[in-house]
Amino acid sequence: MTSENASSVEITALGKYYNSFHALKNINLSIPAGKVTCLIGPSGSGKSTLLRCINFLEEYQEGAVEIDGQVIGLESVGGRKMSARRLREMRRSIGMVFQQFNLWPHMTAQQNVAEALVQVQGLSKAEAARKAAAALQKVGLGDKTESFPNRLSGGQQQRVAIARAVAMEPKLMLFDEPTSALDPELVGEVLTVIKDLASEGMTMVIVTHEMGFAAHVADQVAFLEAGELVSCAPPAEIFRNPSDARIKAFLETYHARNQF
Amino acid sequence: MDIDLFVQYGPILLCGLLNTVLCWIVGAAGGVALGFVIAVAMYYGPRPLRYVLRGYIEVIRGTPFLIQLFILYYGGPNIGLRLDPVPAGILGLIIYGSPYYAEIFRAGLQAVPRGMIEAGRAMAMSEGTILRRITLPILMVSSVPPLTNFSIILTKETAILSIVTVPELLYQVQTMSAETFAYMEAMFALALFYWGFVEVISWAGRKLELKTNAFLSKELSA
Repeated sequence: MTSENASSVEITALGKYYNSFHALKNINLSIPAGKVTCLIGPSGSGKSTLLRCINFLEEYQEGAVEIDGQVIGLESVGGRKMSARRLREMRRSIGMVFQQFNLWPHMTAQQNVAEALVQVQGLSKAEAARKAAAALQKVGLGDKTESFPNRLSGGQQQRVAIARAVAMEPKLMLFDEPTSALDPELVGEVLTVIKDLASEGMTMVIVTHEMGFAAHVADQVAFLEAGELVSCAPPAEIFRNPSDARIKAFLETYHARNQF
Repeated sequence: MDIDLFVQYGPILLCGLLNTVLCWIVGAAGGVALGFVIAVAMYYGPRPLRYVLRGYIEVIRGTPFLIQLFILYYGGPNIGLRLDPVPAGILGLIIYGSPYYAEIFRAGLQAVPRGMIEAGRAMAMSEGTILRRITLPILMVSSVPPLTNFSIILTKETAILSIVTVPELLYQVQTMSAETFAYMEAMFALALFYWGFVEVISWAGRKLELKTNAFLSKELSA
């Protein structure tokens, strides 16, 4: 299913190796358009790797990731790598937010957001600046447009990074542990922004350790362990009535850690 | 010390200084440009190219500039490379400086956090745009001080151009001392000229440093 402003993602028999290490094993996952999919699981389970395969920041060796029916990174399933130009074309409609924000330190908040609008979308500088200011306004940073990243808190930096991705008007947003590098008191402001975005109907894939958040915003939750997709189900099922012992064990450690 | 000598030889000393400055500017700028191309090619290029460039760096860095210049100027004609002294001197400086500049840029490239580049890729930027708009400004922060440093070393290497009869500062000073036997004055003048020249470059380097890392400044806040 494809809608006007949201992409669907179909992951089929996906396999990924780092040399001899089998990082992702035969992953099959459907990400419906306009829905929020959260990827959870222990560290090293392959969540981030899977997410990074979706925009081909990680190359995969088996199977395929299809976005709106088109394989990303390869010319066809199991085929040669696609040209850099075509890959960029596909990436234009995919936004990404990183754990470490990855803002460009030599640019102000506004310049960070405007950069790709000028360089990739070909907007005029004035138009890009206007759009960037509006995007920053939307994440509650209208007064920080001229600040450099090193003058912003972690939560503010991550909101700039979200504004930077969203300003490109993507049909699919990928979040790679967006709150994991933040001090606990700053997590809320970032999650609120993501929640607001989710309500706008773009497709979102979120790798997260925030179970409460996942339970609240996700339409489906995928649990990975040791490179395998153990289960993908609505959050109520995963969190209240997990079918697999591995999910139970994971959630028990999580609850134990968060009790005081 | 005979001050009149400097008045009398003023014009040729000035001419020498100008030649030194000219050779340095073109030599350093060319060396920086070639060094940057080598570093980028080693970073992005295929493995065989990397080996060839590594070999070039090792050979040039491992041999004295004096020998390189001799081979270029006196050996060049054997392979049809006939150059006037000034172009030969400038080309020599470019070749001699390039591996040092390349290593500075290579280290700078490696120090750019991978996440900055990945952010560019995820935003659908081309590798060229990423290099120009993201990698280069970030790498300049760590690279400007060592670039200034080596460029200062290069000012003094220009003295070696006198052996291929480039009418630079040392060459002119030697002319002056040979004609007047005023060795002390000549060497004193020489040292003073180089020092003044280096101070100007050092000042410019600090300016450039401030410009490239302005965003790190604590005073910048909004």
